[in-house]
Amino acid sequence: MATAPAAEAQPRGAMAPEPYRVVSRAPETADTWTLLLEPLGASIVPAPGQFNMLYAFGVGEVPISTSAAPEPGGELVHTIRAVGPVSRALCASEPGDVIGVRGPFGTTWPLEEARGGDLVIVAGGIGLAPVRPAIYHALTHRDDYGSFCLLVGARTPSDLLYVRELEDWRGRFDVEVGVTVDSAVGDWHGRVGVVPRLIPGAAFDPAAATAIVVGPEIMMTFTAKALLDRGVPKERIYVSMERNMRCGLGHCGHCQLGPVLICRDGAVFRYDEMEALMEVREL
Amino acid sequence: MQTLDEIVAESPVFAGLEPAQLQLIAGCAHNVAFFKDERFFREGDAADTFYLVRRGRVALSTHVPGRGDVTIETVEPGEVLGWSWLFPPYVWHFDARAVEDSGVVAFDGACLRGKCEGDHALGYELLRRFAQVMIDRLQHTRTLLLDVYGDGSGS
Amino acid sequence: MHEEPVLIDPPPAATIDLDGLHALVAVLRDRGYCVVGPTKREGAIVYEEIESADELPAGWTEVQEAATYRLERRDDEARFGYPVGPQSWKRYLLPARVRLWQARKRDGAAPEFVEEPPPERPFALLGVRSCDLHAIAVQDRVFLEGAYVDRDYAGRREGAFLVAVNCGTPGGTCFCASLGTGPRAESGYDLALTELLEGEHRFVVEAGSERGAEVLADLMGHVATPVDIEAALRVTHEAIGMMGRTLDPFDLRDLLARNLDHPRFADAGQRCLTCGNCTLVCPTCFCTSVEDVNVLEDGAAERWRRWDSCYSVDYSHIHGGAIRPSSRARYRQWLTHKFGTWIDQFGTSGCVGCGRCITWCPVGIDVTEELAAIRAADGEVDHANA
Repeated sequence: MATAPAAEAQPRGAMAPEPYRVVSRAPETADTWTLLLEPLGASIVPAPGQFNMLYAFGVGEVPISTSAAPEPGGELVHTIRAVGPVSRALCASEPGDVIGVRGPFGTTWPLEEARGGDLVIVAGGIGLAPVRPAIYHALTHRDDYGSFCLLVGARTPSDLLYVRELEDWRGRFDVEVGVTVDSAVGDWHGRVGVVPRLIPGAAFDPAAATAIVVGPEIMMTFTAKALLDRGVPKERIYVSMERNMRCGLGHCGHCQLGPVLICRDGAVFRYDEMEALMEVREL
Repeated sequence: MQTLDEIVAESPVFAGLEPAQLQLIAGCAHNVAFFKDERFFREGDAADTFYLVRRGRVALSTHVPGRGDVTIETVEPGEVLGWSWLFPPYVWHFDARAVEDSGVVAFDGACLRGKCEGDHALGYELLRRFAQVMIDRLQHTRTLLLDVYGDGSGS
Repeated sequence: MHEEPVLIDPPPAATIDLDGLHALVAVLRDRGYCVVGPTKREGAIVYEEIESADELPAGWTEVQEAATYRLERRDDEARFGYPVGPQSWKRYLLPARVRLWQARKRDGAAPEFVEEPPPERPFALLGVRSCDLHAIAVQDRVFLEGAYVDRDYAGRREGAFLVAVNCGTPGGTCFCASLGTGPRAESGYDLALTELLEGEHRFVVEAGSERGAEVLADLMGHVATPVDIEAALRVTHEAIGMMGRTLDPFDLRDLLARNLDHPRFADAGQRCLTCGNCTLVCPTCFCTSVEDVNVLEDGAAERWRRWDSCYSVDYSHIHGGAIRPSSRARYRQWLTHKFGTWIDQFGTSGCVGCGRCITWCPVGIDVTEELAAIRAADGEVDHANA
């Protein structure tokens, strides 16, 4: 099971939000923005894989994963896709606006568990945002891992996140970066096809690899199958699950997925624990 | 530099064929190089050839009015391109062009078709292998239909 | 269980009469408690603030069956001669609507988020049945014993004085005996009453905490005789044999976990209206949602918490749609959570055998019947929906 932070005395920012000011808002794609937030009160420090509940004044809250380790001044980085009223309000916020932050909640990416072996990160769509802290960690602790493969999928080239960083990473000699899109118009010379097609040719040793897979649930299922076909053991594949979330505290019941509460026992889970649950319709 | 015999013998799509069959297939093959952006074939052209990509990348696309040329798939080194040579009316259903300088092995499909008419055992083996290629592509295409990265609105 | 001060030297059980019952209410009110107890209103026995024991539903009982509830007169004046009504004590410990915090924007300073303090006046809950005591303990697990403590629940719970009542009149849908959650209250109360109707109308009272012992001392009862103590035990002993339903709780968690595609869920889903009555009346159902509101003047905002139900379609909504659109899936979620995955999540079952869900389901879906049907056809798969 992915590790959860130890239960401690009620931290500030658990039930009532801490105020944060928007420092900057940068567009990533047509419907995705990255907010840089500075603390006005207590600092919240999410670990890679964890999420915060972001509150848009008077509108509501949504769970958003951290997209980078907090800056030295405590600034938070959150990449948000505008798909509903709250995320749209957050994406429309201007520098100087105040939003509320509760957290950090949830389990972390298995960066400790993956040490000493190959690391494969497969991200689809907005999935690249929550996994970026893991990429940063692997690159700054490069010697902790063997081969490092980063495989990224998106709908179209203009839906790719962090394009400049992807290009930088692709230019390194110690990371294999594979990118594919579902379809492309015009000047795209990269791969076109579904993400699982990147798995067979990627340079890693299945017997010694840990895989992190993030993206829409169907994409994770197909990708996990491709990894299993290559011989990666089920208990070394990790996925990130999503359900309706309201409190983040294990008190409201919404984020249940069978026997687990995603806010408390996830969102990062081992695939062997999730596989059977993912196969049950409407669970 | 590998010979065509070696390339054909090592290629997964021809795995398990008898040496005589492999030799026959290699006899219908020749190496071709394409420059970046050079076109292989257009939708509607006669499909008498299939290709095995050796290096580079080939994009399959179709023209959608209002959207331009939409690439719906790329074919990577080691992958096979083309099965329309096996089935009437033997025409290509998409455009294909090299997106990078590419090297491919081109197989004379018309010639192989003729050989299969005479040797049904060979025909069965080839059809079986190409059916598998089509099934794999179909599965992936069906996944694409789900539009997994979409926002659920259908737009 | 909620932490109680251990009663090292429990006082002996006492017997009080009807005057003593009146005194109990008065003593609690004098000590500053808002006394909430059962009272008859609009054809049901509900929980409301009472000012005296006169407001208890003397001489009334409830007739309960699947989709059936009505009051009937008894031929005595028992104050607690009925099982449980539609409400549970979560009405006071986890209120249907509660403000969590207010936020005010301030010029030149960061907005302040001010958490709502718990209510000042503590509650004395009079008439808590054993099933409901267990239900309170189940909710304690969720709100007090996880990684985060719900401050509102903790404040209400800390201050609450619990007067349990041992059941003498179980109902047609009760099955606490099957689950070991009653009819006798074992612990978790400040005082426990057993009503004795033979001979003089009196109550045997036991203290379960220091607080309870102090109040008991104020009641001027006399030490209970062995005869009375024996009579009190007999009340609950006989009640065991009067349960309207039974349930085999053996291995329910695994039974449900391996039968998620059982055809019974589609069957129940056809009958279920997804009205959510069961979640409203269930004493352990705790699901809530939040409402964020703008208060128009001076840019203030508030967050309120309100009850929610897994039966509503948007309960499971994520972008793209609801995870559980069908009634089959929603019924399955409720049943498997209550009896199965609750154990995985919180270490106890979610059911206490009170039977309210059976009584208040408009189409009479009976959890004991549904679970028995699944057990009888363990392993059957619904191929149409799996």
